[in-house]
Amino acid sequence: MMDLTVIWAFVIAAAVAMYVLMDGFDLGIGILFPGFTVGKERDQAMNAIAPVWDGNETWLVLGGGGLLAAFPLAYAIVLPALYAPLIAMLLGLIFRGVAFEFRWRDPVHRRWWDAAFCLGSLVATFAQGITLGALLQGITVEGRAYAGGWWEWLSGFSLLTGAALVAGYALLGATWLIWKTEGQLQADARRYARIAFPALLIAFGAVSLATPFLEGKYYERWFDVPGLFVTVPMPILVLIAAYCGWRSLSGERDHLPFLWTLALFLLAMVGLGISIWPDVIPGRVSIWDAAAPEKSQLFMLVGAAILIPIILIYTAWSYWVFRGKVGEEGYH
Amino acid sequence: MTAVDDTALLLARIQFAFTVSFHFIFPSFSIGLASYLAVLEGLWLKTGQDKYLNLFRYWLKIFAIAFAMGVVSGIVMSYQFGTNWSVFSDKAGPVIGPLMAYEVLTAFFLEAGFLGVMLFGMSRVGKGLHFTATLMVALGTFISAFWILSVNSWMQTPVGWAMNDAGQFVPAAGWWDIVFNPSFPYRLVHTVIAAYLTTALVVGGVGAWHLLKGRKTDETKTMFSMAMWMAALVAPAQILVGDLHGLNTLEHQPAKVMAMEGHFQSHPDGAPLILFGLPDDEAETVHAAVEIPKLSSLILKHDPDAPLAGLDTVAKADRPPVEIVFWSFRIMVGLGFLMLALGLLSLVARAAKKLHDWRLLHRFALLMGPSGFIAVIAGWVTTEVGRQPWVIYNLLRTKDAVAPIDAPAVATSLAAFVIVYFVVFGIGTLYILKLMGHAPHPGESAPAAAPIRSAGITPSPAMGRGGADPRPDTSEEAE
Ligand code: HDD
Ligand code: HEM
Ligand code: HEM
Repeated sequence: MMDLTVIWAFVIAAAVAMYVLMDGFDLGIGILFPGFTVGKERDQAMNAIAPVWDGNETWLVLGGGGLLAAFPLAYAIVLPALYAPLIAMLLGLIFRGVAFEFRWRDPVHRRWWDAAFCLGSLVATFAQGITLGALLQGITVEGRAYAGGWWEWLSGFSLLTGAALVAGYALLGATWLIWKTEGQLQADARRYARIAFPALLIAFGAVSLATPFLEGKYYERWFDVPGLFVTVPMPILVLIAAYCGWRSLSGERDHLPFLWTLALFLLAMVGLGISIWPDVIPGRVSIWDAAAPEKSQLFMLVGAAILIPIILIYTAWSYWVFRGKVGEEGYH
Repeated sequence: MTAVDDTALLLARIQFAFTVSFHFIFPSFSIGLASYLAVLEGLWLKTGQDKYLNLFRYWLKIFAIAFAMGVVSGIVMSYQFGTNWSVFSDKAGPVIGPLMAYEVLTAFFLEAGFLGVMLFGMSRVGKGLHFTATLMVALGTFISAFWILSVNSWMQTPVGWAMNDAGQFVPAAGWWDIVFNPSFPYRLVHTVIAAYLTTALVVGGVGAWHLLKGRKTDETKTMFSMAMWMAALVAPAQILVGDLHGLNTLEHQPAKVMAMEGHFQSHPDGAPLILFGLPDDEAETVHAAVEIPKLSSLILKHDPDAPLAGLDTVAKADRPPVEIVFWSFRIMVGLGFLMLALGLLSLVARAAKKLHDWRLLHRFALLMGPSGFIAVIAGWVTTEVGRQPWVIYNLLRTKDAVAPIDAPAVATSLAAFVIVYFVVFGIGTLYILKLMGHAPHPGESAPAAAPIRSAGITPSPAMGRGGADPRPDTSEEAE
């Protein structure tokens, strides 16, 4: 059953996952930004992501562009359905993106750009979370088009997923800073991580509990074989990751909190995958319904198979160039 | 599918035109500037002269701002295809989607992956690697232009497609045919040259400003001279390519050329070239036309007496709006000839050995500084409005491509884009002008002097600059 369409579903899922994990910590640092003292501390927090944020954000473009190319019908239904949150996300990303440069050019108004950096990150994150919730709760489709109104995305559930993602990105950001910085900034990051951590667990827990009941299919996928094989160990794995992650916050090894947070995110994504598979629009359109013709998928796959490994190599290289603690001697 | 009313359609079109025009301002500068930076760094590595490093650092700071604005406005574009043109995305996705995916894979990652090293990595990688990073960013901007222009050209001159049961355009011929569709080579060359010309005019304008202000340093003289060489060489090339592009358009999109020329009526024995006039879509005529008999036939057909069809041969519902296309085309061509004049004048000045002293030339160059942007936008308006009423030429009408979004929703997003773009990109432009207002000087600092810098500690081997500058929080304003 490993046809091209399945491969593309995994490629796009992987692109979105890369985006969430990598831009997640950028946006998280943006969300926490006002919590850092003006001056050196904020500059360092910014430095921890300035050379890499653009590359991180590009995974979002690959996710969107890949969806258009491999599943044009899904792209054509989902984007109008999520009009308002997506436009909000784009506007948020504008403020977030320009703040990296603008704040250095205008010290007098730096505080404004810092606020724009935070608000932009917050809005973009919240909108992405809402997008996820709106997809899960189901959108109205008629024929080959979205047929709901322009407020359909708004619900208690989608607001909950929005809040959950804010907590999640904040934790990614805080733990990234624990890894990449030291001194006062690191201590502050630890403090915020201790708040974001339980918030994330509660929010993820609430989303997980609500999801199986949104739609009959989700329930079946989780509580029937083979889903059950994942359903049972999942809470145990989450508890282990949560326990270890929490312990690592007080530990000596600065990279562990970030890695455990990644583990939590990956578990959440696996859970999402179980709920959704094999649909691209949950409960409405399967990946095969939406697939582009084989000729299109094959043409792209050749490129993707060659280029994605190369991209990963030079991306890793650029992270390596900026390895080590920010703002510390020996950072070279 | 819900019916889309005319207001929603109009708003969606305005929103697309607005956001894409803003977006293209930045690439037309960053494509050229990335290459200019690569040249500067290359010259520095080759000659070891400090002036090149200073110029590199100076333009790098400006590049960083323009590039950031290009990125954030570009992401809006790639999502807007879905949010506002979903029917188009569904139908054309199988053909243009893969091309855009290749753009992400070959260009956007390349630019973004090496940008961090280019901006902040001078002191942490060797000179050779840093130069490689600069080259990769420049290459990325070019590859990006390659793919997106292939997409746009396919929409202008669609080939190699078939229609499936779901009404989607699907690839039928080889991908080579689709990528290298008939108008693509012309559009690619014309647009990339436009970007180089635009950048040269900006660099020349900044150089001229500082020369006029009496700041005659090695740096200002060098950048003015480099920019004037570029203008002198590239402006004529652009006019030549534009002419060829027009002939190609005449072959594939004759109605567009009729609109550009203002030819409402057919001319069986030689069409005149209308220099100026007031086209009137209602009355189907050009009022107060100033025209040169037979010249249009001579240009387009290389024969003064060759017959040329007019818009009277095109069904009313298939005609582009002449009033816009006629003018945007004249603005572009007019500016093109002014650029040529600037280039020629600079050659005269060079021959007379007063390139750096002739104030009239400097004033002219200063005035022409922003002209590239105007020409580029005018060119795109000609191309895109001239294609109307089609999105995919002769195959899919714009009105049949739009997303089922209610007018109030589009109106709200449009208002938000207008406000945010004018505020954010307006301020960004001011910052760029502020940076340009300072002359490049010896010991020019790296961009965003604070990032990636250990505060107060001398960072690792500073290259070529007189020691590191440990000013953490105050990068430029100290100048
Ligand atoms: C001729 C060149 C050209 C044209 C016609 C366009 N662009 Fe563009 N675009 C670029 C040349 C470019 C660039 C030079 O590659 C940019 C500009 C600044 C930058 O950072 O990259 C860019 C950035 C850029 C980005 C951000 C990339 C990143 O994350 O690094 C996206 C998503 C798009 N563009 C998408 C589009 C779409 C959907 C367009 C059509 C409607 C479009 N561009 C027209
Ligand atoms: C960056 C350069 C570009 C500029 C400045 C530009 C400009 C414009 C303008 C002014 C319109 C509005 C025409 C009208 O409504 O009368 C338009 C429409 C359109 N363009 Fe482009 N365009 C550019 C590139 C592209 C590319 C690369 C694509 C495709 C990938 C594209 C796709 C479209 C579509 C789908 C429309 C339909 C909406 C409409 O007709 O209003 N454009 N463009
Ligand atoms: C002076 C002589 C020029 C001529 C005869 C000329 C000709 C043309 C023609 C015929 C088109 C429309 C092609 C089509 O839509 O099929 C076009 C588009 C365009 N022009 Fe020019 N042009 C000239 C100068 C310039 C200059 C000086 C610039 C900018 C610096 C420029 C930038 C553009 C751009 C960006 C486009 C849209 C992209 C494209 O379709 O290539 N042009 N030009």
